[in-house]
Amino acid sequence: MAFQLLLNFFLAFIWMFLSVSFTSKSFFIGFLLGLLIIFAFRRFFTGRFYLLRVWAIISLIVLFIKELILANISVLMAIIRPKLEIKPGIFALPTELKSDWEITVLANLITLTPGTLVVDISFDNKILYIHSIDMPDADEAVNEIKNTFEKAIKEVSR
Amino acid sequence: MNVSVIISIIIGFLLLFGAFLSLVTAFGLLRLPDVYTRNHAASKAATLGVMSILLGTFLYFYSEHGHFNSKLLLAIVFIFITAPVAGHLISRAAYHSGVKLWDKSVQDDLKHKKEYEEKARS
Repeated sequence: MAFQLLLNFFLAFIWMFLSVSFTSKSFFIGFLLGLLIIFAFRRFFTGRFYLLRVWAIISLIVLFIKELILANISVLMAIIRPKLEIKPGIFALPTELKSDWEITVLANLITLTPGTLVVDISFDNKILYIHSIDMPDADEAVNEIKNTFEKAIKEVSR
Repeated sequence: MNVSVIISIIIGFLLLFGAFLSLVTAFGLLRLPDVYTRNHAASKAATLGVMSILLGTFLYFYSEHGHFNSKLLLAIVFIFITAPVAGHLISRAAYHSGVKLWDKSVQDDLKHKKEYEEKARS
């Protein structure tokens, strides 16, 4: 991805030199033309076309904000309810993600999800230990984490 | 209703919502039974509360005074990144220094972590 982005900047600068106008407007025109060229030659690169990955990152950020708001509503309900009806506990979640930054992003996402908080990570980075504020929901939470967050993060790193 | 009225309604909503969330966080810290459940309240509600207050402040100075303060946007991003990490570190340190879970906790998988790690090593 970084290589394609750098190449795109390089093509934009070539456009500025070709048209002998060094303004941000001509930079943007060159950037868009370079984007078209990279799209046309996408089968020569090893990775995917990099705009797909940019899109995946944006959708991950939107997911992050949505989960933050949902988490706040659920914590609000748990606190304001007159009787404390919570069953806390710690459960283990096996993860398939490999590299350190993927696991960091996953742990941050889980911490901001409704009712879950990462307490520890096993030494081989395969299991996350998660404190849940309401254990009967834990199985559902595992499935949700598996289906949405891991998939979104894999979409970025693939 | 013109645009500036709508924007000032949004600003008022954001500020009040942030203050309300901070209040709820304080209630949660008093009511919830142990370190881990308190951490839930502190790391989530306080994050969104402070973020929405900062966003309201940013919108106020931008719409009323035409002053674009990018420091506030940076502060929002920094809080968004660091708050969950702080929550994780506090609860991890609490667990490893032997703070007990609440009596009514139903499950503790982390207790078996040591056995699991020995099994994985051998």
